[in-house]
Amino acid sequence: MPTEDKRWRLVNRTMRLHGNQPHALIETLHSVQEYFGFLDPDALKYVANSLRVPLSVVYGVATFYSYFTLQPPGEHTCVVCKGTACYISGASGILGSIAKKVGIAPGETTPDGKVSLLTARCLGSCGLAPAVVLDGQVCGKMTPTAVLDRMEVWRNEETSERVPLRGEVDEP
Amino acid sequence: MTLSIEDLEGIARIEKDKRESFTYQINVCVAAGCLSCQSGVLKEAFEKEVSRRGWENWCSVKGVGCLGLCAAGPLISIQPDGTYYRGVGAPDVSEILESLGGAPIPRLDCASSRPFFEQQPKIVLENSGRIDPERIEDYIAEDGYKALYNALRMMRPSEVIEQVLASGLRGRGGAGFPTGVKWTAVAKASNGNKFVVCNADEGDPGAFMDRSILESDPHRVIEGMAVAAYAVGANTGFIYVRAEYPLAVQRVRTAISQARHLGVLGNNVFNSQFSFDINVRLGAGAFVCGEETALIASIEGRGGRPRPRPPFPAEFGLWGQPTLINNVETFANIPPIIRKGGKWFATIGTEKSKGTKVFALAGRVNNTGLIEVPMGTTLREIVFQIGGGIPGDRAFKAVQTGGPSGGCIPEQFLDMAVDYESLASVGSIMGSGGLIVMDDTSCMVDVAHFFMEFCMSESCGKCVPCRVGTSQIYHLLNRITKGEGKLSDLDMLEDLSDLLKNTSLCGLGQTAPNPIMSTLRYFRDEYVAHIEEKRCPAEACKIHEAREAV
Repeated sequence: MPTEDKRWRLVNRTMRLHGNQPHALIETLHSVQEYFGFLDPDALKYVANSLRVPLSVVYGVATFYSYFTLQPPGEHTCVVCKGTACYISGASGILGSIAKKVGIAPGETTPDGKVSLLTARCLGSCGLAPAVVLDGQVCGKMTPTAVLDRMEVWRNEETSERVPLRGEVDEP
Repeated sequence: MTLSIEDLEGIARIEKDKRESFTYQINVCVAAGCLSCQSGVLKEAFEKEVSRRGWENWCSVKGVGCLGLCAAGPLISIQPDGTYYRGVGAPDVSEILESLGGAPIPRLDCASSRPFFEQQPKIVLENSGRIDPERIEDYIAEDGYKALYNALRMMRPSEVIEQVLASGLRGRGGAGFPTGVKWTAVAKASNGNKFVVCNADEGDPGAFMDRSILESDPHRVIEGMAVAAYAVGANTGFIYVRAEYPLAVQRVRTAISQARHLGVLGNNVFNSQFSFDINVRLGAGAFVCGEETALIASIEGRGGRPRPRPPFPAEFGLWGQPTLINNVETFANIPPIIRKGGKWFATIGTEKSKGTKVFALAGRVNNTGLIEVPMGTTLREIVFQIGGGIPGDRAFKAVQTGGPSGGCIPEQFLDMAVDYESLASVGSIMGSGGLIVMDDTSCMVDVAHFFMEFCMSESCGKCVPCRVGTSQIYHLLNRITKGEGKLSDLDMLEDLSDLLKNTSLCGLGQTAPNPIMSTLRYFRDEYVAHIEEKRCPAEACKIHEAREAV
C-alpha cells in the first residue's frame, strides 16, 4: 500500500471483490475517489500495479470520465446543474454571476482553497430547476444571489480544523 | 429448500393484513426530488407525532417512491382518502393528523392539480408512490415476483419471448427497437455465457425517469431482468447506473441483497433449474456510455468508446459473449406483460407503439415532474392538462423531446399524438423521455447552442465527423448568438449537420445535429434575426452586451 492510511484497505477490498481483475478498474477508481476525494498520481500507480493494467490505460480512464477528478477539492463544493431544465430556468445566470463576483469558472477552486465550483450534466432534479448542490445538499429553485450569499459565508469562515487530504500538502 | 409460491403468497398475505389493520396510511414521498425538499425530516416528524399521540395501531407512516409532482415537494398522499398534499413542512404535521377523516386542508390540498393525478393510467409506475422501495415485502404484496414464478414454472423460455413479441413492446431507451426481436436474437445465439445488462446510464440532461423508477420500485426492474435472463438463457446480470444517482444506487443495492436473501435471485430460483445473479456497475459521467457498445466497454473497465456494429451485442457483447441490453423502463414493463399477457399490453397505445411512456416533464410548465401516459396522447394534453400550462400565462413556443439527440417541436404540432413514428416525422425522437417545455423567453438558437456544447464535450473523440463536426457547428452557433453570424453560415450548418448524421460512428454523432436541424426548420426566422438585425427575439442572447464589450 502507498501509505499506512487505513482507507487503502477499503480500496483493496473493492479490488478483491472483483478478483483483482483488470475490469475492476472503474469500480476501484470510484473507491479511491470516494475515500480520498480525488485521484492523485500515486493512487493511479498503485491501482495500475494492483490490477496489472498499464498506467497509461489507468490515466486514460481517469481522464475520460468526467466524474473523476485529479485535483484535490476545495473545503466546500458548489455544483451547478447544467441539465436542460436548469438551463432553461437560468443556470447560466448563476454561473455568470459566480464568474463575475467570485472569479472562478467551473472546475476551478478559489485561491484560498475554500470553494470549488463544479457543474453536473443533470442531477435529475429537473422539477426543482435551477438546482445547485451546496456541500452535498441539493437545493432547488436557486437564484444567483442565494448562491453568492452562501459562497460569501463559506469564504469568510475560519479555516476549520481538519486533517488535510493526502497529496494536498506537497502539491502547490 | 428454495422459495415456493406458498411462501410468496404467505408474505403477501401478512403484508396485506398489516396494511388493512391501519385505518389511515400517510405516504411520504422519499424519492430524490422530495428528499431535497426535506421530506426525510417530514417523515420523521410524522412518525414522532403519531407515536406521541399513541396512534400507531391505526395510522401508519410510510416512505414511498415518487408521487410524480416534483415541483410541489415534499408531497404526501393520504390513503384511503386519496388526498394529496403539496409543499408540506414539519409544522403542518399536527394539523394534517387532526384533519384525518374530515375535509382536506385547503391550504395544502393539490385539488388544483387534479388532472395531473387522474389522467395517468399507470403500468410502469403503478407501485410508485404506493410502496416502500426499501422493503421487498411491500413489492410482493403487489403481486411482485409472481411474473417470475409464472415464467419459471409454467412457461418455456420461447413462450416468454412470444408474450413479449405479442405485447409489441419497444425499447424505451430511445431508438424503439422491438424488445421481443432483441430477445429472440440473444436467445438464438448459441455460444457461451450470456449476459443481461440493464442500461441505467440516463445521461440525457433533462430526463429522470430511470432514476425515479430505480428509486421508487427497484424490485420491478430486478424481476424484469430475471425474466429476461430466463428467456434468453443468461445467468449473470449487470445494472449499469450513473454514479450521480447515489440514492438510486443505494436502493438498487438494497433491493438486490433482499432478493438474494429471499431467494428470488440466486441458485434454483423457485425450485427450477434457473440461476441468476445481478451486479451493480457505476457509470462515471460519460453521456456516450448510454450507447450499447460504449456501455459494454465501460463495464469491462475501459474508456467508454463505441465500436462499429455489427457484430451486435446480441452476438458479441460483454467479454465477447451474447449480451442483452435493455433500458430500465423496458425491464420495468416486463412483469405486468408476463402477469397479464402480451395481448393485454397490445391493447394500449397506438398501432405501432404499444403501452405507455414515462416522461420527465420539465422546463416552463406548472406541474413539473414525472408522468406516465399511454402512447398516442397528444402534446397538448401533456403540456396543458397534465402539465397545467405555462407559468405566468406566457406564450408556448416549443417542446423539446429526446434531449441532445432530439428536436424542438413547435406549436403547430401540439395536437399530434405522441409515438415513435410521429416524433420522428417532425424531426425529433422519443428518446428516453425527457420533455422540456419552452416559452417565449427561450431563444431557439441559444437552445441549439446549448445542446451542441453538450454534444461537443461529450463526444468521445473516436470518429472524426463527431469530434470535429460538433466543434465546428458549436463555433458557428457561438458566432450567431453573439450577433456576428453571416447568412451563409446557415447553409454551412445544414451541410455539416448532414455530414454528421450520415457519417458518424454511433448514435451520439448521428443524432447530434437534430436540435440544429429542427430549429432551423421551424424557427429559421430567429436565426435570421440574430444575423441580419443583430437582435435576439427572445432577448436571451446578450448580443448588445457582447458588442459593447468589443
